[in-house]
Amino acid sequence: MLGRTANGLFWMFRYLERVENTARLLDAGLRMALTRDSVTAEEEWRSVISTAGQKRGYEAKHGTYTGVQAWNYILRDRENPASVTEMFNQVRTNARLARNAISGEVWEAINESWMEIRDLLSRPVGQNHVGEAIAMVRRAGTLAHGAMTGSMLRDESFHFARAGTFIERFDSTSRILDIKYYLLLPSLSYVGSSLDTGQWDTVLRSVSGDRAYRWINAGNIDARGIVEFLVLDDRFPRSLAFCQSALRQNLAALARIHGHEGRSNELMRQADTQLSSLTIEEIFEMGLHQFLLEFMASNARIAAAIGEDYRFLR
Amino acid sequence: MSEPAANFDEMRTAGGDVRPAYEGYCNWFDEQETRLLNRKNSEAEKNFRRTGITFNVYGEDEAEERLIPFDMVPRIIDSGEWRRVTRGIEQRVKALNAFMYDLYHRQEIIRAGRVPERLFRNNEAWLPNMVGFTPPGGVYTHIVGIDLVRTGPDEFFVLEDNARTPSGVSYMLENRETMMAMFPELFTRVPVETVSDYPRRLAKSLAACAPPGTSGKPVVAVLTPGIYNSAYFEHAFLADQMGAELVEGTDLRVVDGKVKMRTTSGYRTVDVIYRRVDDDFLDPLSFNPGSVLGVPGIMDVYRAGNVTIANAPGTGVCDDKAIYSFMPEIVEFYTGEKPLLPNVQTWRCSEKDSLAYVLDNLPELVVKEVHGSGGYGMLIGPTSTRKEVADFRKKIEAQPENYIAQPTLALSTCPVFTKSGLAPRHVDLRPFVLVSPDKVDITPGGLTRVAMKKGSLVVNSSQGGGTKDTWVLKE
Repeated sequence: MLGRTANGLFWMFRYLERVENTARLLDAGLRMALTRDSVTAEEEWRSVISTAGQKRGYEAKHGTYTGVQAWNYILRDRENPASVTEMFNQVRTNARLARNAISGEVWEAINESWMEIRDLLSRPVGQNHVGEAIAMVRRAGTLAHGAMTGSMLRDESFHFARAGTFIERFDSTSRILDIKYYLLLPSLSYVGSSLDTGQWDTVLRSVSGDRAYRWINAGNIDARGIVEFLVLDDRFPRSLAFCQSALRQNLAALARIHGHEGRSNELMRQADTQLSSLTIEEIFEMGLHQFLLEFMASNARIAAAIGEDYRFLR
Repeated sequence: MSEPAANFDEMRTAGGDVRPAYEGYCNWFDEQETRLLNRKNSEAEKNFRRTGITFNVYGEDEAEERLIPFDMVPRIIDSGEWRRVTRGIEQRVKALNAFMYDLYHRQEIIRAGRVPERLFRNNEAWLPNMVGFTPPGGVYTHIVGIDLVRTGPDEFFVLEDNARTPSGVSYMLENRETMMAMFPELFTRVPVETVSDYPRRLAKSLAACAPPGTSGKPVVAVLTPGIYNSAYFEHAFLADQMGAELVEGTDLRVVDGKVKMRTTSGYRTVDVIYRRVDDDFLDPLSFNPGSVLGVPGIMDVYRAGNVTIANAPGTGVCDDKAIYSFMPEIVEFYTGEKPLLPNVQTWRCSEKDSLAYVLDNLPELVVKEVHGSGGYGMLIGPTSTRKEVADFRKKIEAQPENYIAQPTLALSTCPVFTKSGLAPRHVDLRPFVLVSPDKVDITPGGLTRVAMKKGSLVVNSSQGGGTKDTWVLKE
């Protein structure tokens, strides 16, 4: 396939993942804000905006943090390149670019969702519709992934798409952890804590991991457990270990299809060895923030190497 | 505004009887509930939106992607009519191809005095780089769209030849898909020739035109100007259906005397390029130096016989309306036969007597720019105001050689579905023709364009025209 088409697929699925993660983040923030007094709610929206990486753009436009402003900015602000509508435009544009590398079912899933989202978000979103908008965005991701699983040939296009998904998901989980890491320091975690477990709950919710975590830990919420779950538990599909392992398989499949390994495989192996040798104690010892910085940088290097190995741009 | 002349309706006779070709359809139609049909009508639009069959309109931000209106009443042609039409098309397309060869070689037709030299000397589509060169297999016009209009039971006329890059075939295919999805029962009652194998026929026809040095199965690619082009959907659609790569100029490069595309595993040779970019943008070294859509050096590879470009550069000459006016002579010169499909009578304003006639009869005539297309820059005398006619007269007088004129034909009508029932609207027909070294292949059907406004004769989508599914009945 064409390098440019592979690039289109990769970015189509990166944006799709990003848009979906933004919706999750918004969902968790919304819930948090609803259960708080107005001062804490304002703090919560500030945190949502900054976790989404949209602080600078938001503050250039708004002086205060309110729910309505925040979700409208995140969902539909035309001047915000990371808004849901703008990112979904990117998903669809890349899908059009890679139109003959995806099945008709995947294309229709994307195109139909794009039309729905565009219609729903064509007007300001009030309190009564924000939940619907979030659900629609999440459904868009589910539809596209489902159509892909059920209808796409397991050739290189499939693996480029998947690589985009996991590179982006790794980055997203890392960033959520990094923004909230001060809440998750082990010093704050002692038995019988009267500390704000609601914040930890938000972290789990923003990666749709609250249910899974409860089942694994039988209701015990503590910071160490959450970090271990989100970093090292390879059963949870949004953990760093899971993303890395999935990505490694996709890159291995690409190398097999092409008959040789590239720099991306080498970097992948290094990152993999590093992560699988770490324990949660060691991670806290080196500092969670430091650890996340290193792994986000390594993830970015792998993404760049994929583009070079497979001639995305030249 | 004067009333259009009485015209031939393809569904009903003047006495109101249903013609045989439409009997099966009309029987079915009469059994349907209007409410159901109304619902289906809006379903059709949703279907087109979902699959993304849209065209881009330049300079309109909000309505960036538009749908061409679709009418759900099929246009039906019986097998006998179709057979006669295809014989005429085949003859004409062969003549066009022979004409292209001759024009870029010995120019016998000019030596014989049948066509004046100035015709192509002043033609911007004429390419000196093509002189003396023969494309692989001798094929110039790989894909042709012949626009036909009808005025009576067996009276089909050619309105235009589209040999440059005829578009619209994706609508032929998707209109049929939509009809089959909406009215499956209808297709069990009326036997209709299939159109859905067009992409396979196209792939086969293009592969048959691969350069002689091709090793193994020819690699075909569709060259598009990119996602902002108004016909991008069609480019992507055809590439996908053919299992061919959809390339842009930046994906291609000349390496070791071959055209290669940048794949994920390196540069790979392309043997046949179905290009949907104009000649001007093909090669910045040979043509427009500012073009970023093309491939530097591709014309050298082409002239060395190492790649096939479809359609061949320089075939746009055929689309010229002044050339069109000579088609009867051209057909006769190369085939030795009288044309089976007549031209519409055409006056060339470059000729003194014709110009006088045209200026005297302007309110009754249709006047077109020689190089124009898409329904732009034309005058339809009978439906124009006196001022519009007077303004156009000045344009003709200033540059008579830029114009041809034709009588206002009583175009046939087909019924369209409206809120108040079926109503006749004017139609034309664009069958799609594939040419390979040993075969002219015509898909039974084509694109029927329909004027959606009552009485209007303009069917172009850029002017609000719509499309219909076109049925050729099985024998």
